Amino acid sequence: MHDKIHLNMGSGGLASRELLEEVFLPLLGNEVLNLLDDSAEIALGSERIAFTTDSFTVHPIFFPGGNIGTLSVCGTVNDLAAKGATPVALSAAFTIEEGFPIADLRTIVHSMRDSADLAGAQIVTGDTKVVGKGVMDGIFITTSGIGRVLEGLHIFSGGARPSDLIIISGTAADHGVAILNAREKLGFNPEIRSDVAPVHRIVERISHLGPQIHAMRDPTRGGIAGVLHEIARASRVTIKIVEDAVPVRPDVRACCALLGLDPLSIANEGKLIIFTAPESAETVLECVRKLPEGKEAAIIGEVEAEPYSEGSPPVILETSLGTRRFLPLAEGEPLPRIC
Amino acid sequence: MKPSTISDNFPDTPSKRNNASKARLLLERLSAHRAPATLMEVCGTHTVALFTTGVRAALPECVRVISGPGCPVCVTPLETIEKAIGFAHRKDTVLFCFGDMLRIPGVHETLESARAHRGARVKLMYSPLEAIEYARREPDQSLVLFGTGFETTIPIFASVLMRAREDNLRNIFLLSAFKSIPPAIKALLSAGDSAVDGFLLPGHVSSVIGVEPYGFIAGEYHLPGVIAGFEAADMIEGILLLLRMIDSRQPEIKNQYTRFVPPEGNPRARAMIDTVFVSRDTDWRGLGTIHNSGFALRDDFRRFDADQLMDFEIPPVQEPADCICGEVIRGRRTPVDCTLYGRSCTPSHPIGPCMVSSEGTCAAFYKYSR
Repeated sequence: MHDKIHLNMGSGGLASRELLEEVFLPLLGNEVLNLLDDSAEIALGSERIAFTTDSFTVHPIFFPGGNIGTLSVCGTVNDLAAKGATPVALSAAFTIEEGFPIADLRTIVHSMRDSADLAGAQIVTGDTKVVGKGVMDGIFITTSGIGRVLEGLHIFSGGARPSDLIIISGTAADHGVAILNAREKLGFNPEIRSDVAPVHRIVERISHLGPQIHAMRDPTRGGIAGVLHEIARASRVTIKIVEDAVPVRPDVRACCALLGLDPLSIANEGKLIIFTAPESAETVLECVRKLPEGKEAAIIGEVEAEPYSEGSPPVILETSLGTRRFLPLAEGEPLPRIC
Repeated sequence: MKPSTISDNFPDTPSKRNNASKARLLLERLSAHRAPATLMEVCGTHTVALFTTGVRAALPECVRVISGPGCPVCVTPLETIEKAIGFAHRKDTVLFCFGDMLRIPGVHETLESARAHRGARVKLMYSPLEAIEYARREPDQSLVLFGTGFETTIPIFASVLMRAREDNLRNIFLLSAFKSIPPAIKALLSAGDSAVDGFLLPGHVSSVIGVEPYGFIAGEYHLPGVIAGFEAADMIEGILLLLRMIDSRQPEIKNQYTRFVPPEGNPRARAMIDTVFVSRDTDWRGLGTIHNSGFALRDDFRRFDADQLMDFEIPPVQEPADCICGEVIRGRRTPVDCTLYGRSCTPSHPIGPCMVSSEGTCAAFYKYSR
C-alpha cells in the first residue's frame, strides 16, 4: 500500500479495501466490525438494534434529484435498511466552511427533514462545527442512525448461498451519472436525476419472508459490482450476473458508453440488492414492484454452485451473446477515457 | 432458473433485442469458419468492447484478434509524460488532462501522486472546452492542456485554440501528444514482420477521417480492412467481412459502421484540425518515430506551444525493465507472455502503460479474462 492517503482510497473500490484491511481492521477489528456490513447489529436486552454512521461530501452540493442533505439522511437510512432494520432515530453533525450561505444551509436542512419524514425517523441529536474559509470546501455532513431489526430477518453480507437469486430494486447508475453530468457540465440529458431515496419500505414489504432473504446491500460507491464482490467474498460463493437483465436507463447507458464507464461500477443512492432463496424470488419481485421506488425491480443473476476460491474471479457476467466474462471490481475513482 | 428467464424479467427495448439476436445470428455464421486468421484491431474502444460484449470469448479458436497501437495513453512516450509532470509542478501553472493519463507512471511519480503528495496542480478534464472558462477566471495562471488522442479528440482542442486566439487569451498552452492511426498501421506493415491478415478499423476515428486514408492497406499491402462499430453485432459483422475477403483474396477497405461513418468522414472537423495543426514526425511508445503521424501547431498558433514554458529539465527516461508493452502494442506478443503481468504489474500497481489505461491491452486482459 502507499505511505500516504490517496483519493481513490475513499472510492469504495480495491484501494478502499486495502486501507480497511491494513489500517483499520488490525487496530479496531472485533467480531461485529469484521463483518463489514452496512450496519452493525447489536443486542440491547431482547431488542436487535442496527447501528450505522456515514460521512457525506458531494460536488455539486445541489444536484438533479437531491442535495447533500437528502443524501446524508437517505444514505444512513439505507444502510440500516440493508441490515433489515426500520429506522428509528438519526444524528446529524455538520462541518461548515466560513462564508457558506445560510439560505443554502436552510435548503439542505429542509431536505434532511423531508427525507427523515419519508423514512419515518427523527433527527434527535446533532452538532455543528465551523472551520475557516479555505480549510475545506463548503459543507460536510455526518449522520448516524439506529434502527430496529425487523423480526425474522437475519441479514449478513456473508449470508448468500448457492442457487440464491439476486434482485435489484430498480435502474443502475442513475446517481453517479447524474452527479458527473452536473459536476462536469457534460450536457447530457438533464432529466438524468439521482435516484437518492430511502429504501426501507422495500425491506418492510419483504420482511415477512424472513429467513428466505439471505443477504442485502445498498450498492452505493463501487456500484453493483462492488457489492457483489463483497458479498461473494464474505459468503464464500461465486456469483453470475446476466448483463441484459440489469435495468439501466437508455440515457444513462449512452452516457456511460461515451465516457467508457461501466454502469455496474457506478454509484446508486436509492437501490437495494437482495439475495433470496430461489423459491421466494417471484414473491420478492412482486412485493418490491408494487412500490413506486421498486417498479423497475428485476432478477439480475444468481449464486452459482462453484465455491469461492482466492485468486479466481468471484463475479461472472453473462453477456448478451451468452459468453461469460469476469466482472471486475473498480480500481478506484472511475476515470473517463480519452475518446 | 435458466438465464433466458432472468432476461425475460427485464423489459428491454425491441432494438436491443434485435441487436442481440442479430449478433447471435452472425456468430453462427462465424462459427462455421475453419481457416486460421490473425486480425488486428487498432482502437482502444474495440480492445475493451471485444471483451465486455463477450465477442472475444465467442470467436472460433482459429480466429485470433490482437490489439495494435490504438490506445492513446499507451503510445504516449515516457518523455511526454515527464514533460506533463514538469508542467504540473511549474509555478503558477495548472495541467489539464484526461482521466486516464493520471495514473501512468513517470520516472519517479504519476500525475496523480504528484498532485497528492507534492502539490502539483493537475485538473482532470472531461472536455478541453473547460479550459476557456478557467483561463478567463485565472488570468495569472498558465494553463497547459495535455493534448492526447487521435483525430476524434483533436478537433475539440483545435476549437479551444481558435477560440483562445479570437478572445486573445494569453495563458492557454498546448502540450501536443496527438497521433494519427493510419501512419502507425503503415509503419507496422512496412516493417515487414507482421503476421496480420486483416484490420478491424476504428469507428470513432473514421467518423472524422473517413475511408480513404486506409486505402494503402488494401492497395499496397493487399490486406483487407473493415471500419466497424462497437456493438457486438458490429464487431462480429466486421470480423465476418474480413474473413470473407481473406478467403476470397479480394482485399478492400469496407465500412461496416455506415450509420456513423460517412465515406468522406467529417470534412468540417478535419478543416478545424488543418487550421491549427500541421503533420509532423512523432514518437510512439513501443513503435519509435513514425513519419507524419503527429500534429504540430502551425505558425499562426505557435504562441500556444507549451514548450516555451519549459524552464525545467526532465529526468532521463528509461522503459521499465522486463516490460514488453512495446511488443504488445506491435501485436507481436500478448500480455500473458510478460513476466510482470498479473504479478508485479496490475491495474492497481501498473508498471507499463498498457496496464494503466482502461483501454490498454494488458488492463483489458487482466480485468476481463483471468
